[in-house]
Amino acid sequence: MRRDVFHAIADPTRRAILSLIALQSMTPNALADHFESSRQAVSKHIQVLTECQLVKKEQVGREIYYYLNAKKMKEIDNWLEPFRKVWEDRFSRLDNVLTKLKK
Amino acid sequence: MATKLQTQIIAEPSKQELFIIREFDAPRELVFRAFSEPELLMQWMGPRELEMQIDKLDNRTHGSWRFVHIDPAGNEYGFNGVIHEVAAPERMIRTFEFEGLPERGHVSLEFLELEALPEERTRVTIQSIFKSVMDRDGMIQSGMERGVKDSHERLDDLFAKHLSKSMA
Repeated sequence: MRRDVFHAIADPTRRAILSLIALQSMTPNALADHFESSRQAVSKHIQVLTECQLVKKEQVGREIYYYLNAKKMKEIDNWLEPFRKVWEDRFSRLDNVLTKLKK
Repeated sequence: MATKLQTQIIAEPSKQELFIIREFDAPRELVFRAFSEPELLMQWMGPRELEMQIDKLDNRTHGSWRFVHIDPAGNEYGFNGVIHEVAAPERMIRTFEFEGLPERGHVSLEFLELEALPEERTRVTIQSIFKSVMDRDGMIQSGMERGVKDSHERLDDLFAKHLSKSMA
């Protein structure tokens, strides 16, 4: 199965987890409190996010905290690239139209 | 200069909106014309490999629009929407729907803003707000799929050429 950032953000629960821990690192229990699904389901999502390195964990005393791996999040930017290319293409033609209009 | 003309796309995870931002080396009135006059729009709006037709463009507050893109095989892809407001030369607000989706109702709301910058430059910001995060991500991915489809078609062409050569 795909275990990359795209697979990770394809699921709405996982996107919600990411936006929660983007604000502050959280324990698995604190995270699970935000969702109606079972603790097991939430921890399964966290596992997927950890496997694709979007989420990292840190042991503080007896608790595990999950936090966002900002570096990996940057990879998501790359998925915008083809869409950006489409607009870049369009806008460079628009540049030409504008140059002609200015004359 | 080159860095200023970069197209910026902002689409944060799990949000229903996206932003397309670009600066142009032309005064705002001209840029506005290029976004509203059919004969100018046709020159740049359609994707490179498709022919673009403007079925309707009633570019005024409470007007409507419909564009059709036609691929080389003759397949038509329609897009339409209503125009909420046209405030020349600074703002246009309109809806957008791709007719090729399996069900109706996946409409987005588009805010086009033109900001006059010093030295007769213009910053264009397009903000699109979608019905759901899935709709937004689908729109972004349609660009990706086109790229993939393109490369598949190029491969098909290549195979077709080889086949006809070996047949000849």
